[in-house]
Amino acid sequence: MLLGQTIICGLLLGGMYALIAIGMTLIMGVMKIINLAHGALVMVGMYVTYVCSKNYGIDPYIGMFIAMPVLFLLGCLIQKYMINRLVEVDSILPENQVLLTVGIMLVLTEAARLMFKSDYRSVTTSYSSDTVFLGAMSISVPLLIGFFIAMVFTLLLHLFLTKTDIGKSIRATSQDRDAAVYMGINSSKITMITFGIGAALAAAGGSLLLPLFYLFPDVGHLFTAKSFIITILGGMGSTMGAAVGGLILGLSESLGATYINMGYKDVVGLVIFILVLLFLPGGFRSLVKR
Amino acid sequence: MNMLNKKFLLTIAFIILAVLIPVVIKAPYQLHILILIIIWAIIGTSWNLLGGYAGQVSFGHAAFFGLGAYSAGLLTLHCALSPWWGILLGPLVAALAALPIGMICFRLRGPYFALAMLALGEIFRLVFLNLTDFTNGAKGILIMPAITNKMFYYYTGLGMLALTLLATYLIVNSKIGYYLVSIREDQDAATSLGIPTTLYKNLALLPSAFFTGLAGAFYMNYVAFIDPNIVFNLTNVSVMVILVVMLGGVATTWGPTIGAAIYIFLGEYFRTTLGSANVLIFGILVCLIIMFLPNGIAGELDLLKRLTQRKKASLSGGV
Repeated sequence: MLLGQTIICGLLLGGMYALIAIGMTLIMGVMKIINLAHGALVMVGMYVTYVCSKNYGIDPYIGMFIAMPVLFLLGCLIQKYMINRLVEVDSILPENQVLLTVGIMLVLTEAARLMFKSDYRSVTTSYSSDTVFLGAMSISVPLLIGFFIAMVFTLLLHLFLTKTDIGKSIRATSQDRDAAVYMGINSSKITMITFGIGAALAAAGGSLLLPLFYLFPDVGHLFTAKSFIITILGGMGSTMGAAVGGLILGLSESLGATYINMGYKDVVGLVIFILVLLFLPGGFRSLVKR
Repeated sequence: MNMLNKKFLLTIAFIILAVLIPVVIKAPYQLHILILIIIWAIIGTSWNLLGGYAGQVSFGHAAFFGLGAYSAGLLTLHCALSPWWGILLGPLVAALAALPIGMICFRLRGPYFALAMLALGEIFRLVFLNLTDFTNGAKGILIMPAITNKMFYYYTGLGMLALTLLATYLIVNSKIGYYLVSIREDQDAATSLGIPTTLYKNLALLPSAFFTGLAGAFYMNYVAFIDPNIVFNLTNVSVMVILVVMLGGVATTWGPTIGAAIYIFLGEYFRTTLGSANVLIFGILVCLIIMFLPNGIAGELDLLKRLTQRKKASLSGGV
């Protein structure tokens, strides 16, 4: 029963990690950079939801629909006025854009610290500590709701990317930017929208995790690490790969925490990450293709 | 006067200045700031060898810094030896650890290398945090320093910085240095010319890890308290060293030292004037520098000179 509970909890948590990581994988696919500010965007999204809940009494699951447009706008602005500027700049290190995202991460984290102090905060709702029983396994209700909303979002995003015009343009740009430009796609606009969508997904994931996690300005680092692990696990730029990668990371963390040691649960994820990077550089997606 | 002579004289002037500063500045607080600058300059210079010249951006240098610091700390904790032995042991441990790390991570390139290093740095932090019997875990290691005279630490640190700068300078201006730059500019072209790229990347990593470990061991001796979340910190060590080098100038001899001076001075200045906003201002500054001076202050000296000269010219009404 312990095993069953561990697996289910891991999968449910992994579903929410996946949502955050899908945001990162979209950005990585189109811009070819690792967005190390992604966790900070999650953190900002969490604070928006937190403020809505604390000051206006809005339920976190509704507050996320306020956080998402806010973060979409923030993401667009960051991409357009900061990261995009570096495309033409000549510099010694090619990783300049990545380093800029580190600077953005620093600014967002410290701005949050200035406004909200370093205190640990949490949102408690009437159903925060509710559980449902499945046989002898108890499953927390916020975990369950969060997982289902995350899966719905993943599905919607998949439809958006495959069925709509903008979605197809995003995929075309991530496959081959030059060819996309020849086909008449406004690639700079698409890049901006993609960054916005990525940030909005980060906010959605953060809001879903808010009832489960403590919130503090540095919480973003945790999510940055998790989402780049997932992105590499699933294969860069692949939405479904990221969804599967998220489930795998959630599962391995949960198993590691139960059967190895609570303190080592993050090591499990990192070791898997390095192994995948070395021996399966295309991620799990390349296994499916083979 | 030709360029080489001018540079040489500037260096001599700088050394004399650095040696004479404590004659003027005697207050412990000011000396403390200078010592912090020296520690950061050592880490920055070592990172610059790998990240700046060889182009292998490492997000995990905290691993080497922490190993150096813990070598010194654990010697005192377990063997009751003076932590000063750590100055010898720390760099060696860091360099030894760099061997397998290099073997693993240099199989990867560019952003993947950066991420693998990031993951390794975090693994070290988590392991040192959880091996509570061996490392004291999050409680950290506290030692009672035998020497409390700041002047002593200043000159010791200065000596180490000089050693680091000299070693980097010699490496960069030797054949290895040219190989490293060629790897940074185009690894495939370098390979096709017969340069064993993995070997030379390792040759850059080893001294880089060595001197970062040295800075770590010195940090342990000077600050006298470490815990894994301080010395293996991702944001405050691994990432900050990159930003310090970016600020000062990537792939320049003096860039990291300039960056360290700016970082510490600004940090202290903003801490006293703006309170908790100091890191925020620093972050904004870093963003601006990366956006407008992508090669750092020392790296864009020509650009800065041109800008100021143009201003002068227009002021005097010239062309």
